[in-house]
Parts: sequence; C-alpha cells; structure tokens
Amino acid sequence: MNIIVVGLSHKTATVEIREKVAFSPNQIEKPLTALINLDGIIEGVIVSTCNRVEIYATTRDIAGGTARIKRFMAEYHHLPFETIEPHLYSFHAEAAIRHVFRVASSLDSMVVGEPQILGQIKTSYGYAAEFKSSGIILNRFLHKAFSVAKRVRTETKIASSAVSVAFAAVELAKKILGDLSDKTIMLIGAGEMCELAAKHFLNSGAKGVMVTNRTFERAVRLAEEFGGEAVPFESFLDHLHRADIVLSSTGAPHCIIGPKDAEEIVRKRRFNPIFFIDIAVPRDIDPKVDDVENAYLFTVDHLQEIVQANLAQRNLEAAKAEEIIEQEIGQFHKWLSTLEVTPTIVALRNRFDEIRRAEIDKTVSGWKDLPPEAEKRLESLTIAIMNKLLHTPTSVLKQAGQGGRVDLYIDAIRQLFELESLQRNDEELELEE
Amino acid sequence: MTHLFFFLTVALYCCATIAYLACIIRTSPLLTCWTARLLTGGFTAHLLSTIHLAVKMKYLPLTNMQESLSFFSLAIVGAFIFFDRKYKVTTLGSFVVPVALLMLVASSSLHAEVRQLPPILQSNWFWIHALLAFASYAFFTIAAGIAVMYLIQRYFLKTKHFGALFQKLPSLETMDEISYRCLTAGWPLLTIAIISGSIWSEKAMGSYWIWDRKQTWSLIIWFIYAALLHGRITIGWRGKRAAILSIIGFIVVLFTFFGMKHSITW
Repeated sequence: MNIIVVGLSHKTATVEIREKVAFSPNQIEKPLTALINLDGIIEGVIVSTCNRVEIYATTRDIAGGTARIKRFMAEYHHLPFETIEPHLYSFHAEAAIRHVFRVASSLDSMVVGEPQILGQIKTSYGYAAEFKSSGIILNRFLHKAFSVAKRVRTETKIASSAVSVAFAAVELAKKILGDLSDKTIMLIGAGEMCELAAKHFLNSGAKGVMVTNRTFERAVRLAEEFGGEAVPFESFLDHLHRADIVLSSTGAPHCIIGPKDAEEIVRKRRFNPIFFIDIAVPRDIDPKVDDVENAYLFTVDHLQEIVQANLAQRNLEAAKAEEIIEQEIGQFHKWLSTLEVTPTIVALRNRFDEIRRAEIDKTVSGWKDLPPEAEKRLESLTIAIMNKLLHTPTSVLKQAGQGGRVDLYIDAIRQLFELESLQRNDEELELEE
Repeated sequence: MTHLFFFLTVALYCCATIAYLACIIRTSPLLTCWTARLLTGGFTAHLLSTIHLAVKMKYLPLTNMQESLSFFSLAIVGAFIFFDRKYKVTTLGSFVVPVALLMLVASSSLHAEVRQLPPILQSNWFWIHALLAFASYAFFTIAAGIAVMYLIQRYFLKTKHFGALFQKLPSLETMDEISYRCLTAGWPLLTIAIISGSIWSEKAMGSYWIWDRKQTWSLIIWFIYAALLHGRITIGWRGKRAAILSIIGFIVVLFTFFGMKHSITW
C-alpha cells in the first residue's frame, strides 16, 4: 500500500491559481466521495487552506493514482488540465510522509512555525473521518503527523516568538505592561499597520481603544469599528494619559509628541509605564521621549529588528525540527511496510511454526524411549494441522489483496497474532485528545 | 541528625542554584519544574533542620550570627517560593537563590558553640522581635532581587537589546507588583519587629530605646522603606527610582545585619 500526496502551495502557485482549485469546506463531502471513487484510490483526505490545496491518498498504483488525482483536481473545478499541471507537485513513499509531517509541523508554511496549519489539517482530517473517506492507513498516518507536529512544537522553539511587526509590538507591550487585559490603546492617525496592530492588541485582550485623526469623521468611523471612543485631534494630548499603549502613524511633517508632553503624561499616570509605537515616517514622536523615565518608545525599525532576529531563530529551530521528522519517518515507514499481504502471510506462518516447534520440543524431550519413526510422524501431523488451519486465512488474505480494503485484514491479523510489536503509544495519546 | 539535614540542605541548595543559573541559559519546562522541586526539597530539609535544632536547644536558633544567617537564608527561600508559586518568576530564583546559598554556607563556616542561653535573651519579646525582623529582611531581599532585575530589563528596553535574558525576565509590571507586595509586607513586619524589640529592651535593660548602633541602624532602615512606601502610595514612585531605593535599602539591611553588633554582648 502506498501513500501519495498531490497538491500545490504558495511555493508553487500564485494565489489566483490556489483559489481556483480550493475546496470549500461547506461542501467537502462531494469531492471526498468523488476522490475515493477514483479508480485505484482507496483512501483520501483533502486539505484546502488559503496557502495550499493538497490531497493525501492511498493507492496500489502510484503512477496511475497520482495521474488520476491530478486530473481530478482540474476536472472537479472545471479547469483545463494544462493550467494547473505545472503548479502541481506529487510525492510518494518516504517523500510523501516527509512532506505531510513537514506541513503539519509548519515547516512548509509561508511563515515557518505559524500555528494555524496544524488546526487546518486536523479539521480536514475530521471531514474525511466524518465522510469515511479515510481508512486505517490515513487515520494512522495523520495521527502520526499530529503527534510529530506536537513533538516539534514542544521540543523546539519554532513557534515561540513573534514574526510579524504587529505581533512583535504585542509581545513587547506584554514585557512592559504585563497582562494586557485592563490596558487601553490610543490610535493616532490611521494606517493599515496601525489598525492591524490595534486588532492584535484587542485580540490579546486589551480593554479599550481611543482613536484620533485630523479628520474627525474618520476617527469616529474607526472608533465604531473597534468599539472604541473617538477623540478630537486638537485635544488628543489631554487624553493621552488614559492610554497605556500609543500607536502613532500620522502624516504630520514634524513631531506631535515631545519629551515635555511625555513627562507630563507620565506624571498624570502616576508613573505607570506607557508604551509608544511610532510607525510614521517622518516620525510623529520625538526620539527624546524614550529618555523620559517610565516612557518606552519604539519605532517600526526596532520592531522589524525583533522580527528579523526571531525569524533567524526560527530557521535555526527548523533544523532541529527536520531531525525529529527524519526519526519519525523511519518509524512510520516501518509500520506501513508491514501492511503488505506477502510479508504478513510469511509472518503468520512463522508465528504458527514457532508455536508448533516449541510444543513438539516440549513433548519429545519429556518422552524417553520414543522411536524415531514416531517423531517423524508427529512432525508431519503437526505440520498438516498447521497448514489446514492456515489455508483459509491465507487464501482470504490473498483474495482481499486483489480488492480494496486488505489493510483492515492485515492490521487485524497482525494485532490478533501479535505479529509485530508496533509502537502505538504516541498515536493513542494523540487520539485521546 | 541536625548535621545530616544541614548537609542535605546545602547539597540541595547547591543543585538548585546551578539549576536556576542554567534556567537563564536554557528554556525547558522540565528544567524549570525540577529546579523548583529541588529548591522546595532544600527548603523542607532546611526547615526540618531548623526545627530539629530548636527542639534540641529548646530555643529558636536566632541567637548568634551562625543561627541567624541560616535563618535569614531560610526566610529568603521561603519568601521566594511564595512569590514563585504566585507569579511564576523563575528568573527571580536565579538572583536570590545564590544569595541564600551563600548565607547558608557562610553560616556553617562560622564557629558553632553549645552554650547556655544568657538570661537577657530569655524573653518572648526577643523571639517575636527576631522572627519578625528576619521575615521583613527576607521580603526586602526579594525586593532588592526584583529591583536588580527591573533595572536590567529597563536597560534592555531603553537600549533596544532584545536578547535571551530579555525574553526570560518578567514584565516590568509584574516586577513592580512583586516589589510593592514586598514593601507592603516587609515594612509593617519591620515596624512590629522594632516595637517588640524596644519592649524587649525595656524588659531586659530597663529602657525602651538605648540608641545603640543596631537600634539606630534599624531605624534608618525603617525610614528608608517608609519613604519608599510613602512615595509609592502618594506620588506613585515606581520604576527606576523605586528600584534604586530598594537596592540601597537592602545594602543598609546587610550592613546592619553583618556590621552592627548590639552594644550589649552576650
């Protein structure tokens, strides 16, 4: 049985292509059913996010299965095959396992270490499990991928630091202000970066927002959007002491907050620290504000530096993650290769034969004057019994091998007769979650 | 028996100190967890050894430099464990646990003598005085440790250095809160300690206040922390100024503890 992966991602296709082949989660049942009805495809899972569309499947025929899935991706979306074919990649065997482990561990993400992808794969797998398009192999495979991702997360620092300017600002604010849940933000001026940062702060629990803008209507509109309060630009300095975090990005040609203002504000705040972020160019906040005790001023350049350092750190951690993945691939591949008919039959025979020999030895050794003739007879008798017993399971297994769900039988036999001590602790742990 | 507990304590504090220093360099939840366990183990052994000594001697081991140092160290570790449970400030351990270890080691290097307790010390007021004084000193030690951390973190923020230590140190707000809690606990304790001390002085020497060096310096400490607390409550003193004052206060505490002997000797 082989695992194959077919898909495209931000690395191979532009967003225009990606959105064309995306599968909507609302009607995922249709493509999942169509997928496992493809000739030679036994199990299938569809992962569709804004950065990647991938299909994981099992098949006996790697080349045929891959080609059929590629065609399926085009035909399902009514696209000419040629438009998406150059963007598609496909993997099988170890490379497929490695790819999925890397994707789940967020090593293949646009921002390495971002945490969403694991949840997205879990959801995709949930659909496949719900509509029964995944079976024993993909179930085991994806649970393994989740446990690998968890290992990567706990054993490396791949996701421990902020890699966007907005997040870096939030992290920095937490280092100064501690818990953000009772903190207020002031937005001076509008700008995409400012608004994005404000959203991040609100998501991190910040309590209130004040907005000020040269055009008051704009401030009112933005304040409404954030559920905050609009402040007239002429008197914003009088309200500044109520803010713990100040985000500034006006188009003003000179500084609008000077060290004198900052001193005054800090005094009004009874020396509670205040955190200024200056996103504007030219600057809105005089650099000397940073010299005021209990006022902390950061510019976009500072935040950018943090992001760069964190990214470098992540890449170092990614190397560690790759090592973990390599270890896990070996283990999983071993399990997968046991799911073949012939090795299972051989293992089953060996197992029976082992028991037979052990019993014969026990009987013969305790039997003093046993004629050699009788020993021979004993031998052939037990072999005959063993063969008779094995005949039906063997032929059923061989027959099933021609059809679809042979791995169910194989897995059952392996477990019933304890043919291999499989490492399943980590998978079981993951299942409990 | 006391010796056994004592050596166990030293060994565990040693391991904990190394582990806390390692915590600065490495980030691992497992390491943090075991570091805290080592210290709790050390604290338990320390407490048992102190109790054992107290039962054996039939008085609280606070009567000479050796006993006091060991008790000081015990109080510091106890206070740290309390704050660590509440605020999860492992890095604070890297700053104060080594101090506790040093004090403990110093205490064992001092000469210990078995002796009859002088009658002057056989007063309940003395025990209350000594116990509370060490409790307040422990809080001031924590406050000083936090103040050093605050200044380091503030330096990183002002100079925009965001290294590994920056990531490890708690937020300014958390440190400020711990520092404030230390003050609000330490200063009242010190106040009662000084009052009970003067009552003891009256009982033992017939005068509430004899202006000996120890008493005078205790009063100076009291004024420093009173000023800090007052400034904090009325004007909102915090940050760098408060941190520096806490460090000065602690230096005076150490100076008084090590340098100033009671004029009365026993």
